[in-house]
Amino acid sequence: MTSSGQMLAADGTPLKTSLARALRRQKLRALALIAPLLLFVVITFIVPIATMLFRSVENQIVSSTMPQAIELLQQWDSATGDAPDEAVYQALYFDLFKAAEAKEHTKLGTRLNYEQTGTSSLFRTSGRKLDDVGELWQDPIEDIAPALKDGETWFAMMSGTGSNTVLEERRALWASLVEEPFAGDVGITISDQIAQMLPLTTAAYADWAIYEAIEDGKDISKRDPWEAVYAGLGLDLRSDATVRAVNAYTGPHAADLQLLTANLDQMPNKLFKDAFAEMDEDWLDPEVWEAIKIYSPNYTSGYFLNAVDMKKGVETAEMRPENQQIYITLFKRTLWMSLVITASCIILGYPVAWLLANLPMRTANVLMILVLLPFWTSLLVRTSAWKVLLQQQGVINEILVWLGFVDDANRLILMNNATGTVIAMTHILLPFMILPLYSVMKTIPPSYLRAAKSLGATNFTAFRRVYFPQSVPGIGAGSILVFILAIGYYITPEIVGGTDGVLISNRIAYHISSSLNWGLAAALGSILLALVMVLYWLYDRIVGIDNVKLGG
Amino acid sequence: MAILAQAPRPKLMTFTAPCTAALAAAIAFVVGNAFGAPLVGLAIGAVFGFILAALLGQFAVPRTMGRTATIAFVAVAGFSVGALGGAVAGALLGAVISWFFYWLHTGAYRRSVPVYYTAAQTLWYNTFLFICGLVFFFLIAPLLPVIWLSFNAQDFFTFTPEMLSFDPAGYSLKHYRDFLGTDEWMVPLKNSLIIAPIATLISVTLGTLAAIGLSQSHVPFRQAIMAIMISPMIVPLIISATGMFFFYAPLGNWLEANLGLNQSFVGYVKVILAHSVLGVPFVIITVTATLVGFDNSLTRAAANMGANPVTTFFRVQMPLILPGVISGGLFAFITSFDEVVVVLFVGSAQQQTLPWQMFTGLREQISPTILAAATILVTFSILLLTTVELLRRRSERLRGLSPS
Repeated sequence: MTSSGQMLAADGTPLKTSLARALRRQKLRALALIAPLLLFVVITFIVPIATMLFRSVENQIVSSTMPQAIELLQQWDSATGDAPDEAVYQALYFDLFKAAEAKEHTKLGTRLNYEQTGTSSLFRTSGRKLDDVGELWQDPIEDIAPALKDGETWFAMMSGTGSNTVLEERRALWASLVEEPFAGDVGITISDQIAQMLPLTTAAYADWAIYEAIEDGKDISKRDPWEAVYAGLGLDLRSDATVRAVNAYTGPHAADLQLLTANLDQMPNKLFKDAFAEMDEDWLDPEVWEAIKIYSPNYTSGYFLNAVDMKKGVETAEMRPENQQIYITLFKRTLWMSLVITASCIILGYPVAWLLANLPMRTANVLMILVLLPFWTSLLVRTSAWKVLLQQQGVINEILVWLGFVDDANRLILMNNATGTVIAMTHILLPFMILPLYSVMKTIPPSYLRAAKSLGATNFTAFRRVYFPQSVPGIGAGSILVFILAIGYYITPEIVGGTDGVLISNRIAYHISSSLNWGLAAALGSILLALVMVLYWLYDRIVGIDNVKLGG
Repeated sequence: MAILAQAPRPKLMTFTAPCTAALAAAIAFVVGNAFGAPLVGLAIGAVFGFILAALLGQFAVPRTMGRTATIAFVAVAGFSVGALGGAVAGALLGAVISWFFYWLHTGAYRRSVPVYYTAAQTLWYNTFLFICGLVFFFLIAPLLPVIWLSFNAQDFFTFTPEMLSFDPAGYSLKHYRDFLGTDEWMVPLKNSLIIAPIATLISVTLGTLAAIGLSQSHVPFRQAIMAIMISPMIVPLIISATGMFFFYAPLGNWLEANLGLNQSFVGYVKVILAHSVLGVPFVIITVTATLVGFDNSLTRAAANMGANPVTTFFRVQMPLILPGVISGGLFAFITSFDEVVVVLFVGSAQQQTLPWQMFTGLREQISPTILAAATILVTFSILLLTTVELLRRRSERLRGLSPS
């Protein structure tokens, strides 16, 4: 004790400080031990789950594939029932041309096809015909000014002094389209004067130059630009102001450009709207444009709406037609079948757990092996076992036919339907019910039952009023465990479930690996995850996550 | 419990013999049905059962002799209708009937119930045992046909007549040869044996450290940290697999593009990372459970005698928690070794594992080689189960808990 009444540790520091320091050091040490795993789990597990949640709303593909068209489309009102005006089609042409060169347009087609059937083929066929539209301008331009056939002329004409802002803008658009930075030297500084005078030409040329130089690694001064550049030039020259500016222009190859302005009558007057209509009538269909407009924002609730059989409209969401509704049914079936499986596990597991908990230790340990063996056996082995047993030529049917209980012609259909899934999954999940039940029943003293009986209760009353209520936590724990496992099961329903016995997880796998509608898979997964989280929270409330016990 | 041992013998003619007759009649009814004459079977069975019980009981035939005679008699009867297969089936049925007779006759059926139980209560208790027996049968029986069928000489998923009559020509090891001799199965097995141990090593190392950290007092946010670490077990596999599919594909591309790693190596890394995180919860749970009974004064004593924390860990703590660590490791191993969904979503054909091959085999082309693989895996899991059980006992002994 010092004079101030403070307690001191051996080294003279106040005891309080010393203890606080020790505690802090202890906390830090514990955290240092935990940190590596925590970091590992967060990176390898939590981040992937977050990625899935993000993918369920992410929808950048529309705005990154046709950025210019989308911007103009915002002014279009789908309620009028008319197709959008020429400006949108012009923008669409340049967007789509670029996307088609990078083979990205089919991805957008596939994406929009989930919402509007037929879009996939619309984009695919149009992608092949975009060059032809460009040639409408390329041919006359090359006839009038033969020098413009040559890539070197173009390079000289477009080069100059300037800040290259157009090039950087176009590079950013490319980057968001192909999801690569597209960094690197393109090898040209575009003249500011040209960029101002011929904006569409410059944009198209910059697009081409970036793609040619960075994706293909070519020297652009030697290469001929693609058709869209000629189309851009043709469009630029439609404006009188541009024609006047070209006539006053004195930069490189001004003469060639002036040849064009002198022969404007030979340039085509084709509208892009008509050009697209010739590729495919559907381009005039307001429904296609409505779908594009609805899915143009970067984030969409569309996948989630699809996952609950709804459809995103312009203003509000609406239910899909009856014959397209599958997911609600599937969710209901998943929940219902999980409930049935859980109930069967309780019915089969309860007596066994009771027996294990009340037999002498030695016998119980031997019988426990019978529960643990299937638990430790590969899931695939157990599933193949059920396939062997349940199929029409399977063991169960063979025995029943041989014994004469089932007619050979009318063998029982036990597989490829809900029955098969329920039987096989009950078998597979039964140990998960027995083990928690057993560990709870182990803690119920047998003397309680004897006390109840000696007080005059019948066996049944003693069980119902004394034993059963004490075993309820075990039922709760086992049920939630089995239920959570059941609603996310994939392998067993896939093999023995056929079409009637599949669960929502099979649909998720289908969208991941077959239909490639990843956003919808992510949305279905997110809904399932939310469901499981609620159950998990309940589980935590009832038993606590620390009390999870495994077989050993 | 001397009273129980002297349970009175039940009356032969009014109880034991009719009951035996009833069981024999029921069995014979089923067998008779197979030959198209259930009622004839029923009658023969009842008469046979009654006479058998009366003879064995009246002349007080010793148990071994009585059972052998019954088994032999029924087996011969079986042989006369169904050759070798019939003889085996007959022997089994004879064993069941004679066991049942002696179970009743010696009063063994009352051995596990208190002496004051009424007949109805005894009946109920034995029915209950029978129901439990059926559940155990349900748990184990599905695995047996798989093992039996894996020796099929034909490429069928069903029993052939040769197999049923125990004709050696119906059996062969060809599916095992297929399994062991073809790349189709050996490459996946090799992949499984590469992926599972490495994944286990990662989850055990990180998991044990974290479990030790978690078991100390004064861990901030203990609940939240625990929840995060257990989450790979709680989140359904299909969701984990979906999430990993979205995350690991770009991660793999990034590794290939920026670190110049080859594609196959990156594929293994992805699957191993995914599998190790799935194994983590099992390690955490088993090791924390082991640490609950750990006496912390031991580490303090070690520190007191001058050991540094690392020495203390390896010389004092580790040997004591080793059983928990190993059984957690086994859980992690089996999780990875048995996992299909994640590897299906994250891996490529080069990382095809054994369960993956079995899954595609079951879904597309049915080959009984799957059954040979399954039998090998069952054997493997019996070995694992034995190991875990031995470890558990050792752990309990070490921690001074009551021996089981």
